[in-house]
Amino acid sequence: MSDLHKKWSATDVNNNYISVIVTLKESDSMRYSGLRVIKEALTGHKGWSPAWRDATPKPEYDIIVIGGGGHGLATAYYLAKIYGQRRVAVLEKGWIGGGNVGRNTTIIRSNYMLDGNEPFYEFSLKLWEGLEQDLNYNAMVSQRGILNLIHSDAQRDAFVRRGNAMMLNGADADLMTTQQIKKKYPFLNTTDARFPIKGGLAQHRGGTVRHDAVAWGYARAADQQGVDIIQNCEVTGFIMENGTCCGVETTRGTIRATKVASCVAGSSGRVMEMAGLRLPIESHVLQAFVSEGLKPLLPGVITFGAGHFYCSQSDKGGLVFGGDIDGYNSYAQRGNLPVVEDVCEGGMAIFPMLGRIRLLRMWGGIMDMSMDGSPIIDRTSIDGLYFNGGWCYGGFKATPASGYAYAHLLARDEPHPTATAYRFDRFNRGLMIDEKGMGNQPNLH
Amino acid sequence: MRIRCPFCGERGLEEFSPKGDAAPTRPALSNKDPEAWHSFVHLRENPKGQHREYFQHSGGCRAWLIVTRDTRTHNILDVTLARQEKR
Repeated sequence: MSDLHKKWSATDVNNNYISVIVTLKESDSMRYSGLRVIKEALTGHKGWSPAWRDATPKPEYDIIVIGGGGHGLATAYYLAKIYGQRRVAVLEKGWIGGGNVGRNTTIIRSNYMLDGNEPFYEFSLKLWEGLEQDLNYNAMVSQRGILNLIHSDAQRDAFVRRGNAMMLNGADADLMTTQQIKKKYPFLNTTDARFPIKGGLAQHRGGTVRHDAVAWGYARAADQQGVDIIQNCEVTGFIMENGTCCGVETTRGTIRATKVASCVAGSSGRVMEMAGLRLPIESHVLQAFVSEGLKPLLPGVITFGAGHFYCSQSDKGGLVFGGDIDGYNSYAQRGNLPVVEDVCEGGMAIFPMLGRIRLLRMWGGIMDMSMDGSPIIDRTSIDGLYFNGGWCYGGFKATPASGYAYAHLLARDEPHPTATAYRFDRFNRGLMIDEKGMGNQPNLH
Repeated sequence: MRIRCPFCGERGLEEFSPKGDAAPTRPALSNKDPEAWHSFVHLRENPKGQHREYFQHSGGCRAWLIVTRDTRTHNILDVTLARQEKR
């Protein structure tokens, strides 16, 4: 102990760090790192700069992305980084991080079943796994695992099938017994008379990510690639010339572009209406909830299989949970009490201790609910106008792949290999991607 | 949100089942244009503002209603019986 102490005396440590700091190159000055934190600590924190420029709109770009949410920022980032686009702008009507990217329950997973979906979501999960290194931003990606509970024999059959479909697409899936589940989650009520827990399908690579940091990380990384991020800039119309979209009218003036990319899930109907398009989408409100801060309690993400309830614990300690959408069309960003009751009943059925916990906050976000429960990343019938939306309430986990696939489509005019099924015409052609088999009833997906 | 059922009076939302937009009308069965059917089955106006939609009073008299509601505020402007309007 005393040797160690001698070896790492305070002066030595400081001298070592200072000599390393001196060798930091100028090009590293934008990068975040442990050394950078120490350097700034020793020099009065005078070297930090805003994470992205507050850009003013230029008269013309190659590609305009409408919507500075997670998907829009990711799209711009991959357009610049992977597809070499140098003149890209993101237009955001409010501020970065103020929409659904800051309203979701932060869960990432790739436990889908259908061929049109699973490769895409697995691609997304792989991008999440390398996201922080790629963006040089701590997004607190935590692969704490997600567990879908099984309550009946029929449900086990369905989950076994889904698990096999996941593994065929290179994802991980693990069928857990009640005993295994009890070991990790001893507080679960496995013997509930009505909905006993009979097992679960786990995806251990699933987990949670700090959603605000995803928006900020993509914004900062896109900005460093030369993307203009223009906030408080609402699109008020499209410029159409000979049936081609050549730019947008905004609250900050006219901006022309070769390609215009809508990426405004929740408001897709409103934006595309300005181009005269009707969509296979309805806007619905989904509520989310967070409890008071608690000591570590819930190590992973749990979903209730008999009702609709999903829950994780944030790093601040609050239980973050949600359930069904309210079920009626809404742009109000707030819901009603019957769904609050339904969500809490679902929670109480699997962990009765939830009844002792006080609710801190609840809020609503507006979802693009599509007619088959799956998204759309496609060209529109108007040249120069592209569409990304219909994410229902599963958009957050898709953020990296959605951006990547949309950037691929915008740069090359062909769909990304993992997103070939997300076409507009799948509805005309009867090729719906309906994971739950609910039909054209958006409020049931 | 509370809905005034023409038969039962004002009741809580939990008694009602939403069924969505009341605007699309089914094409004539003799209509063979796939676009007309696609439009009816899949495409929606999805308005921000007044929206006419079906609700069933499933936890009450089971009547089908057409509710006119503002999707920005959830204010209910009008409730009528669906069978009086459509057949």
